Amino acid sequence: MLQAGLRLEQAPPISVPFRFFLTAPVFIVLASAVLLWRGPEVFDSRLSPAALAATHLFTLGVMAMVMMGAVMQMLPVLAGSPIPLPRATAAIAHAALSLGTPLLAAGFLVGAPWLLRTGATALAIGFAVFIAAVATSLWRSRVRTDTSRAILLAAVSLLATVVFGFALASGLGWGIALPNLSIRYLHPAWGMLGWLGLLAGGVAYQVVPMFQMTPPYPGPMTRYFAAAVFALLALWSGALWMTDGSGGPLADACALALAAGYAAFGVVTLALERRRRRRQPDALLHFWRAAMSSLIAANLLWAYRLVSPTHAPEALDVLIGMLALVGFAGSIINGMLYKIAPFLVWFHLRSRAGAGRPVPNMRQILGEADQRLQARVHFAALVLLAGAAAWPSVLVYPAAFALGASGMLLGANLIRTLLVFRQSARANDPMPAAARAC
Amino acid sequence: MGTINDYMSRHHKDCDGVFARAEQMAGESDWAGLQREGGLFLREMERHIGMEEDVLFPAFVDRTGMADGPVETMRMEHEQMRGMFEQMRAAIEAKDAEQYLGVGETLLVLLQQHNMKEENILYPMLDESLGEEARSLLAQIEPAAA
Repeated sequence: MLQAGLRLEQAPPISVPFRFFLTAPVFIVLASAVLLWRGPEVFDSRLSPAALAATHLFTLGVMAMVMMGAVMQMLPVLAGSPIPLPRATAAIAHAALSLGTPLLAAGFLVGAPWLLRTGATALAIGFAVFIAAVATSLWRSRVRTDTSRAILLAAVSLLATVVFGFALASGLGWGIALPNLSIRYLHPAWGMLGWLGLLAGGVAYQVVPMFQMTPPYPGPMTRYFAAAVFALLALWSGALWMTDGSGGPLADACALALAAGYAAFGVVTLALERRRRRRQPDALLHFWRAAMSSLIAANLLWAYRLVSPTHAPEALDVLIGMLALVGFAGSIINGMLYKIAPFLVWFHLRSRAGAGRPVPNMRQILGEADQRLQARVHFAALVLLAGAAAWPSVLVYPAAFALGASGMLLGANLIRTLLVFRQSARANDPMPAAARAC
Repeated sequence: MGTINDYMSRHHKDCDGVFARAEQMAGESDWAGLQREGGLFLREMERHIGMEEDVLFPAFVDRTGMADGPVETMRMEHEQMRGMFEQMRAAIEAKDAEQYLGVGETLLVLLQQHNMKEENILYPMLDESLGEEARSLLAQIEPAAA
């Protein structure tokens, strides 16, 4: 079926993605501040109040923040279908996430139910708007690729994460008893293995071969990986639900299969990158390698945790969390921002400048040296955080400083790109800058 | 003979390969190599865009009457790319590796998104709307590839 009037540019205004990107470094710094403030307590248990606060500052304020902005930017290209009402959707989702995240984190830290209630409600509204917008965009799209299918399953997983998360917050905030204890496991599982893993995987099918010029991912992997992960997650959830969270052989088998699947995805990606035709190394390549190494390590540790549960200390759970969140998600997000942000600045400058007028290229917008410096600090923070899982009393403070420094440098780099945009837009714009909404 | 989508997508990948070689030459300040590979990349890109604008798009517009919409967007992006080809050509002449790499990187990000839209949306539409005519158009294009 042809659709008359199908348009392929449909890039949302630059302010739509950029507000998400610029907010994320603030939350990296806030997460590091919680580490500094509460110190080793954060590493005592993944369910300690300080750990829950730091984790949600990172998963909501950094990961969801950037992933939402990037999805809104990329859907027109990946699915040929824009987000409906991009300005309003971005405004609501961004405001809800920016307000709800610190409220929820503060609620964990001080144990105040009203903060948890307000934060959880704001977050639920923001995610509902975002998920509805993505669903509409995918519904209208005529593109059915492995990537668009993976994004759809990621969005459904996000919905599950939010519903389970809201149920948990209702327990803490309103005193409503959990209908089933398995929800404590299902919330992080759908967030990490569903939303994060499927979105990163779906985007990787396109981005890794495109930008590193590797061979494509094996056909069966791009075709079935997302569906298989989703089905395993659903089956695992059912097995956990039936046993009220205590699990059993079926649940363990599903979890092991998920761990094997994600570890295999990491290995395949690293193998593809070794065969890349583009030999010029850039920051993105190093970020992807760190991300895939963390993914493999996290899943091997998780598998070990599953087969020998009694010997595994709490520190192992914290380490798995650090590798999955900061190592895998944090590295991919950071690396992708260094492609997306300078390109968007170039793209919007180019569209405004008109033919013939020069605009700065991506390397002039954000230099390689600035990216490399921040990348090194990020990798140092990752190593220190992983070490702090084992020796919290020694390493938590250096880890917190490194994470904070990484967030500040990332913020500085993103502000740098925005300043280039402002300056060049003014130089190229015959109309007063204030007359145009940026 | 395959579809327009097969043929044109394969040519995208061929151009990618030349792009990577030229970029490596620029990174190593191998000016003779950059002149050769960079020149080849720019010629192949011009030829690819030419096939689309001179043969495929007019046939598509003839058949569907959709002169604006996707075809118009693709033409606009081609125009943006042509400006960058000029800059890359000038950088090769001036032996300015930093400028070549900077413009090349930017072109690559634009180009890959452009290719994705063509491969996922426009080429399938071409194959679908042109039907049998697609074969004769490919025959027109393919000798040029030899």
